[in-house]
Amino acid sequence: MSFVTGLQCRECGQKYPQEPLHVCELCFGPLEIQYDYPAITAKINRETIASRERNLWRYRELLPIDGEPRVGLYSGFTPLVRAHRLGETLGVKELYVKDDSVNHPSFSYKDRVVSVAISKAIEFGFDTVSCASTGNLANSVAAHAAKAGLNCYVFIPDGLEQGKIIGSAIYGPKTVAIKGNYDDVNRLCTEIGDKYGWAFVNVNLRPYYSEGAKTHGFEVAEQLGWKLPKHIIVASAGGTILPKLAKGFKELAKVGLVEDTGCKIYSAQAAGCAPIIQALHKGTDLVSPVKPNTIASSIAIGNPADGYYVIQAVKESGGWGESVTDEEILDGIKLLARTEGIFTEPAGGTEVAVTKKLIESGRVPRDESIVISITGNGYKTLEVVAQSVEKPYTIDATLENFDQLFHRLALTESVTAVG
Amino acid sequence: MSVRVRVPTPLRKFTQGVDEVNAQGVNVKALVDDLEKNYPGIKERICDESGKVRRFVNVYVNGDDIRFLQNMETALKEGDNISIVPAIAGGR
Repeated sequence: MSFVTGLQCRECGQKYPQEPLHVCELCFGPLEIQYDYPAITAKINRETIASRERNLWRYRELLPIDGEPRVGLYSGFTPLVRAHRLGETLGVKELYVKDDSVNHPSFSYKDRVVSVAISKAIEFGFDTVSCASTGNLANSVAAHAAKAGLNCYVFIPDGLEQGKIIGSAIYGPKTVAIKGNYDDVNRLCTEIGDKYGWAFVNVNLRPYYSEGAKTHGFEVAEQLGWKLPKHIIVASAGGTILPKLAKGFKELAKVGLVEDTGCKIYSAQAAGCAPIIQALHKGTDLVSPVKPNTIASSIAIGNPADGYYVIQAVKESGGWGESVTDEEILDGIKLLARTEGIFTEPAGGTEVAVTKKLIESGRVPRDESIVISITGNGYKTLEVVAQSVEKPYTIDATLENFDQLFHRLALTESVTAVG
Repeated sequence: MSVRVRVPTPLRKFTQGVDEVNAQGVNVKALVDDLEKNYPGIKERICDESGKVRRFVNVYVNGDDIRFLQNMETALKEGDNISIVPAIAGGR
């Protein structure tokens, strides 16, 4: 059974029944799912949740589906890694990495939102699912559609990394590459969704889809022993996840699962596409669109519709935001890999680099709990780091050859160490 | 001088369900006024009280966001394609 009471416009408050709607007919504001929180409070507690399967549906009372979940039965409940070595490098006491780079089945945080959206699409009776994507979302929609036996069209900008393209194509959807950037794809998909009547997970199912992002925060709190972290850093592209983390934390307090101790939320963007950070630093909530120019293609969204809500949520939480250069992003990817053994894509490198910047500038204190939300996997974007890692040493298959190489390397190491 | 305007679902109640209409105007501002003349009520859905495009509405001229052009003053010419699109997000 569902605890959803309907949809409501975030701007003007107009109410709507539970339908595949995403914008308010009066003011075009985004629609938000409304729940019956007292009923949820009566239904769930820490023990009931602990007794359930380790997937994102363990929080199903706070998710907008009516019947049983249809997909995503293995999605979510990703590791919250205690990051001792990275913490030591950054000079902080209590650091964690919430690692959605190993989310099932498609290795990004998107498996959360898509699990909810496609379960809902099936409830609404759609037979074709689709999305506008910079890659990760397309991978996830294609994978879940295959599992559910639905028709699937995915729309991406041309020029994406091979891993992201093949990572969709393998599941057998129709992949359409649009000549242009993500914002062009997004605009076209809105028009296609209108005309063809498909379930575009991040367009007409957006209110349902975005609720799935809350589970990232639910898990962080549960994995910390039902406590909110003091600080959480997450990348912003279209702006879905950050406001939903804020909403999720508030809901946990509202239904009595955690004490509302406050969590400061920080937005991370690439300097080559930082419309939200620019607005935040200017002290305005008016996000001016930009033309993206960064290696962080998965977060290269120049016109983030939820940018306004990111700024609201950051400010309300007492957090902040920063942007970092492509070079810092590459360093961030390597730093996470070499201290924690986690290989993330540029969006994750952005989060690590921004965390470093926020700690160094004193925005994030060194003695409180900090979570870095890693949302994507580096094996999908190998091209980006290919030039900045050591090439293999190719030698003949003789011990003598290896001895020579080893001595040469040992010499270089000692020189480097002395130098 | 006439341009084509793609009308999104939430505004089609003003255009009797039609998804594409012809309209006139030397610039976007004049175009919106012309739409209002033929489809009364449509303007206040697109623009706020000060006449600026609402926060959650994007207007495109031949695929380019008018915020990268001259906003409401963006000049129009015969045969231009205008899209009015709710500002939705997603991706990644």
